[in-house]
Amino acid sequence: MNLDFSDDQKFLQNEARKFLEKEESIKRSREILDQSSSLDTDLWQKIVALGWTGIRIPENFDGLGLGHLELCVIAEELGRFLAPVPFSSSVYLFTEAVIKYGSEELKKDILPKLVSGEIVGTLAVAEDFMAPSSSNIKTEVLNNKISGKKIAVPDAGIATHSIVVCKSSNGIDLRLIDHKDKSLNILKQDTVDGSRGHFCIELENTPSILVGDEGNGWDLYESIINQAAVLFSFEQVGGSQATLDMAVNYAKERYAFGKPIGSFQGVKHKLADMYVAITLAKSNSYYAAWALSSESSDLPVAAATARVSATKAFQLCSKENIQTHGGNGFTWEYDCHLFYKRSKLLSLNIGSLSNWKEKLVSNLEKSNIN
Amino acid sequence: MDFKDNQEQANFRKKCREWLEKNAKPKTGMEKNEFANINYLQAAKDWQKKKYDAGWAMLHWPKEYGGIAASAIERIIWSEEESKFDVPRGIFEIGLGMCGPVMMEYASENQKARYLPPMAEGKEIWCQLFSEPSAGSDVAGLRSKAVQDGNNWIINGQKVWTSGAHFSDYGILVVRHDASLEKHKGMTFFFIDMKSPGIEVKPIKQITGGSSFNEVYFNDVVVPDSQRLGEIGDGWKVAITTLMNERLAVGDANGADVEDAFRWAKSQDDLGEPLINNKSVRSSIADWYCEANGLKNTKLRTMSALSKGETPGPEASITKIVSANKLQDIGNFGMDSLDMSGMLKTDDPEIQSFQNAWLGAPGLRIAGGTDEILKNIIAERVLGLPQDARADKGMPYKDIPTGKA
Repeated sequence: MNLDFSDDQKFLQNEARKFLEKEESIKRSREILDQSSSLDTDLWQKIVALGWTGIRIPENFDGLGLGHLELCVIAEELGRFLAPVPFSSSVYLFTEAVIKYGSEELKKDILPKLVSGEIVGTLAVAEDFMAPSSSNIKTEVLNNKISGKKIAVPDAGIATHSIVVCKSSNGIDLRLIDHKDKSLNILKQDTVDGSRGHFCIELENTPSILVGDEGNGWDLYESIINQAAVLFSFEQVGGSQATLDMAVNYAKERYAFGKPIGSFQGVKHKLADMYVAITLAKSNSYYAAWALSSESSDLPVAAATARVSATKAFQLCSKENIQTHGGNGFTWEYDCHLFYKRSKLLSLNIGSLSNWKEKLVSNLEKSNIN
Repeated sequence: MDFKDNQEQANFRKKCREWLEKNAKPKTGMEKNEFANINYLQAAKDWQKKKYDAGWAMLHWPKEYGGIAASAIERIIWSEEESKFDVPRGIFEIGLGMCGPVMMEYASENQKARYLPPMAEGKEIWCQLFSEPSAGSDVAGLRSKAVQDGNNWIINGQKVWTSGAHFSDYGILVVRHDASLEKHKGMTFFFIDMKSPGIEVKPIKQITGGSSFNEVYFNDVVVPDSQRLGEIGDGWKVAITTLMNERLAVGDANGADVEDAFRWAKSQDDLGEPLINNKSVRSSIADWYCEANGLKNTKLRTMSALSKGETPGPEASITKIVSANKLQDIGNFGMDSLDMSGMLKTDDPEIQSFQNAWLGAPGLRIAGGTDEILKNIIAERVLGLPQDARADKGMPYKDIPTGKA
């Protein structure tokens, strides 16, 4: 029985924490927000230099050849420190899709450049103000050329490549595009959380390369986001813990009616509820990490369980952290809003809470728990 | 990460299983909980005796008191395996989980040799006499009195919520010996013979209709000073040791869980469609599944730490809050799904399990620490928040304002 990370993995996590703390990652996130920029290039380059973008990339493609568990511990720290970098888009989604479904030729071309930082990728799915599904995707591919419009694509302005979910004559395809191509246009979109840019990609006869089987792209997409959900959960757990820590520290230092507000039961019980939510989310994320790293058939259920718990935990913790801080929590000056906004971004990026709950229950129906 | 036992643990699990298979029947999932039934009590005693004779009764206790000095992980393995069998449980938890450890720590060698083996064997049952009509969450506010009289103490007062007092042979008791001291300082701890003259036990009828708790009255009950546990005035310190053990003992709420709700939702009609197709039901099932598995995986993390010889973190402190509230919600859901007929009693075991959950869960949210007290404990002991200022701090007990008892 060992539902825990190894000493090496804990060491890696600790190093990541020290690095992000030293680099003042939260402050950098605020600067991106204030400057309406989309990326902290300096921090991203340092992360690339540490080899994190190549954690899961095999050694023969210049990566570190490590497993998903190493990625989980890094994800928790990126979430804790709100790192303003395209890690989730490029590593959890794009890189994993290429490793899982790319041809040998594509891997040989792309993977070493993801390690070196020459390539940054993202995944383009949404097209309208509603949840995307296999039946409402309109962006279309004809003779390997894609036309259509994708919106709310995280980090696309920084990315050099995207994998686009599009409609083909046989169903849904996943297709790789190069952002350098003149046929496409990338525009920044205004968002509620400016610390991670979202973009619109307009494509007109944009050349593309098929990733995975033709026509089967929606299943592949589902499988990619099942994997990514585990990593997102760890980011959400890290963010939840950071907001609980902030709230606890504030409740110990802030006085009202002659005593610390943390001595009032109304505040205490709120903070205890946050602890309960984080503990459930963390334990479910650990199990999902095991399911991911061991390629268990339980992954779809385990990932959705982790995702739902972690989304709920981060939403609860980030909103109650503001509440604990009172009026100060509502100011731009305090960091509370950075976490509140990031919790929303992470909860929507790979699909909403209600859609993940639905995914969980339909997977339970399929797996027939009784 | 993996979920495998190591070789030693696998061997131990195999031994547990082999013995259980020879001596008990595996669960079918439809067992009834008959806590107050007298035959159930005898069956529980017989089962405990059987375990004791074979060395399975009190695994972690030292050998001289009937244990085998097993490790924490071995205890968990045994408990996991035993829970898969239809055996009577729930009679000895308080004695073995709370009274045993306190006797082990504070009783004399002679007393330990006299009382611990029959306790482990199930021959003598123990209960815990702490709560009083005016001292629940604030149990240190208790007012039952002990007055020293030579080598004896004379006890007067009333205890309440005493599980199993009506079939117990002995009990542990905390009482006030000096009301002029501060409330935490004026208490002393004893163990007593429940057959002593002057003790009267009256069952309490619960909202479920059953009676597993009692009121216990003390009228000039004589207890020898040799049955004092700890020094005079150390009552609170000794009680705290016991309460910490209680919080470990009162864990996961038994009863209808997410699997039962899910199975039910697939078979139950909802306006001509299977109930499972109802969006709000699907959302609730997702929430309960996350909670149930969150607790299960938390337990696995605790076991992982124990298995490596590490001290587990405070994660397990969430168990009772989450499971008792989930039980109440699931009971409510099951009854709700029956619409107008949800109030009717039936022989259907599934419907019964929802009604039992709904009726029993309020008790679980209170017993062994209310939700509110447990949240205070998480906030203070885990998160390190300051205690609330107490209106009775530093006051002699007799001057503390009280409401109606």
